[in-house]
Amino acid sequence: MSNKIKNLTLKIWRQLGPTTKGSFETYKVAEISDEASFLEMLDYLNERLISEGKTAIVFDHDCREGICGTCSLMINGQAHGPQQGGATCQLHMRKFSDGDNIVIEPFRAAAFPIVRDLMVDRSKFDRIIESGGFITAPTGGAPDGNLIAIPKPVSDAAMDSAQCIGCGACVAACPNGAASLFTAAKVAHLNRLPQGQPERFKRVESMVETMDLYFGSCTNHGECQGACPKEISVDVIALLNKDYRKAKFASRKDLAR
Amino acid sequence: MTQATSSHRSPVTGTAVASKRRRLFLLDLYSTAVGKKYVMAITGIALMGFVLTHMIGNLKMYLGASELNHYARFLEELFYPIAPHGVALWILRGGLLAMLVLHLHAAYSLTVLNRRARPVKYQSARDFQIATFASRTMRWSGMIALAFITWHLLDLTFGVVNENVGAKDAEGLKDVYGNVVFSLQRVPVAIFYVIANVLLGIHLFHGAWSIFQSLGWNNPRFNKLRRSFATAFAAIIVIGNVSFPVAVLAGVVGN
Ligand code: HEM
Ligand code: SF4
Ligand code: FES
Repeated sequence: MSNKIKNLTLKIWRQLGPTTKGSFETYKVAEISDEASFLEMLDYLNERLISEGKTAIVFDHDCREGICGTCSLMINGQAHGPQQGGATCQLHMRKFSDGDNIVIEPFRAAAFPIVRDLMVDRSKFDRIIESGGFITAPTGGAPDGNLIAIPKPVSDAAMDSAQCIGCGACVAACPNGAASLFTAAKVAHLNRLPQGQPERFKRVESMVETMDLYFGSCTNHGECQGACPKEISVDVIALLNKDYRKAKFASRKDLAR
Repeated sequence: MTQATSSHRSPVTGTAVASKRRRLFLLDLYSTAVGKKYVMAITGIALMGFVLTHMIGNLKMYLGASELNHYARFLEELFYPIAPHGVALWILRGGLLAMLVLHLHAAYSLTVLNRRARPVKYQSARDFQIATFASRTMRWSGMIALAFITWHLLDLTFGVVNENVGAKDAEGLKDVYGNVVFSLQRVPVAIFYVIANVLLGIHLFHGAWSIFQSLGWNNPRFNKLRRSFATAFAAIIVIGNVSFPVAVLAGVVGN
């Protein structure tokens, strides 16, 4: 049996476009099932707004199962809301109680300009990936499975970092607006695997330097780890820093030749 | 990665790499935020080393005036006769000042970068999960530490605000002990001293943990110890340093 959550007051950020001034608007939700997801609650509110002839609240969403990284939102001051290890689409209304006030804001960072209302443009992450988040390999016929032997702990560690869905919660949660957790997760994923070794140092150098163009710097608050829907550990940031140092040494050797 | 892609295609002469702008390794490293954090961490370690040695040296005041004054004399005579009187000490001071300047420059430029990374603040209250009071107040704790360092030098090194500086003890040595007692007997000075050291402890509570991440020192075998190290280091500095004004005001240290 599902229960109803009653009398919610939502304060939602409304903003027409990237350069216009936005503000909070207050909405009431009289009743919602505790089995509804947070985004379904917003859908429900939007349908009501549309039927009242008002404009719907724009927010990002796609898979609604925590795998695509499209959903976002700062909910009561936390990226992806009051839960650990889940994206906003995986947040359920049972986390809230009758009469709660819920404040919903877009992710804020210079690199994530607001498109409209709660939707932000996270394409600067693509710039980081384009600069090195891949391997260069001939893509002929499919190679045999297990052609390259990878020790289990190594593949496990690489897969832990590969879990990053590129949602940007780490940037949103970081008091410095740094993208270290995202970049480090992507670097660690490939730099831990044999396939990533040939470009290991070029990768970390380009990705760190691209990240520098748009984002803040890490002061090791650790807030990103707390917000990450995939619970990626700040350990990957230490790996990023180490590989970056090695990359700088290595390219000095290259230049001296 | 354009470089990696092109070196993949070009002959193995490595020409793609050579086209890169040449810069001194350290300048090259310092040009990025990650590199600045390396500088911050290394200078932070140097400052930590100084703060610890300074505190331990000052414990000599519990052994009496003569002990502390001889210790001060020893510092001035460091490496004598290889180095002339006071020279080694001034070299150390110069190095320390350089560390502080670099630490500050990195802190300042990263703070500017971070402000720019979020020009529009969150309009509602944040609910921090992991960030600590210490990690969020590094700039403030650091700046108060800086103000304290300035006062401290004017007080006990240059004697601008300490009438006792310049006096000699019974053995004809600089009366460092008397200077400390004179300074810390002034209650407002003692209070400032305590506040500044507590804030330094808060700075180190985060800083001494943060260095490991910044330097890429991460190893599952010792990761758990990093927090304990930082807590212990900060506690030792605070307890040691705060004991001095307390001892002076309580009359344990005094003429
Ligand atoms: C004089 C004024 C000072 C200012 C304005 C200042 C400021 C800062 C700032 C903003 C950080 C960055 C926080 C981070 O990235 O983790 C930092 C880190 C640090 N500070 Fe200071 N600080 C000062 C003095 C000191 C002193 C006197 C010490 C040592 C006794 C010290 C030790 C450290 C350490 C160990 C770190 C961590 C470095 C890292 O994580 O890379 N600082 N400081
Ligand atoms: S590291 Fe975590 S929080 Fe950051 S983009 Fe990836 S999944 Fe999102
Ligand atoms: S909508 Fe795909 S992760 Fe949330």
